[in-house]
Amino acid sequence: MENRLRILRAERNWSQQDLAERIEVSRQSVNAIETGKYDPSLPLAFRIAELFGAPIEDIFVSPSRRSSKAI
Amino acid sequence: MVRTPAWKRYNVRVIWLSLLYCAFLLPAVYGFKHQLVPHSVSYVVAVLPALPIIGIFGAIGRYLVEEQDEYVRMLMVRQILWASGLTLSFATAWGFLDNFGLVGHADGYWLIVLWFAGLGLGGLVNKLTLGDGGC
Repeated sequence: MENRLRILRAERNWSQQDLAERIEVSRQSVNAIETGKYDPSLPLAFRIAELFGAPIEDIFVSPSRRSSKAI
Repeated sequence: MVRTPAWKRYNVRVIWLSLLYCAFLLPAVYGFKHQLVPHSVSYVVAVLPALPIIGIFGAIGRYLVEEQDEYVRMLMVRQILWASGLTLSFATAWGFLDNFGLVGHADGYWLIVLWFAGLGLGGLVNKLTLGDGGC
């Protein structure tokens, strides 16, 4: 799933490890989510959204919204 | 490989179970080879080495329950699916080959060896497709 995680992280000068520690997952998980290889569960997506103080849809791009834009 | 706290606990359990396996297997092999095992306990002695292996399956299940990192847990689940798919496919094919007399009869415990090899294959697939080997 496309997302703005890398941008949000860069704005705060956080490494992947910094973010991983804040949301209590491994650095590999952060990398997999950032690169779109893994879609987080709803609880983890909420944890990420709460950390950045933004709604989930501002961080993760809805696949259906993305495809409708393409049409 | 991602060394989470749950993974470390899993490793400790597997090490203890492996030691237990050796402790059960070596006397059983020696005992049966030299006909030292009384018939009354032979089934128990023969099954004892299987128990730690069954325990390892339990440890894997416990690891999946305890693992808090959902991505790492998914990597392990994928490995288990690869291992199970490989083992069941191989057992099915071998069963028919054996049934038609085209191959010799193989001991059942080789399936366990194949299953653990399948875990390794699953790790390789994870590495190639996701960039992370998993456990």
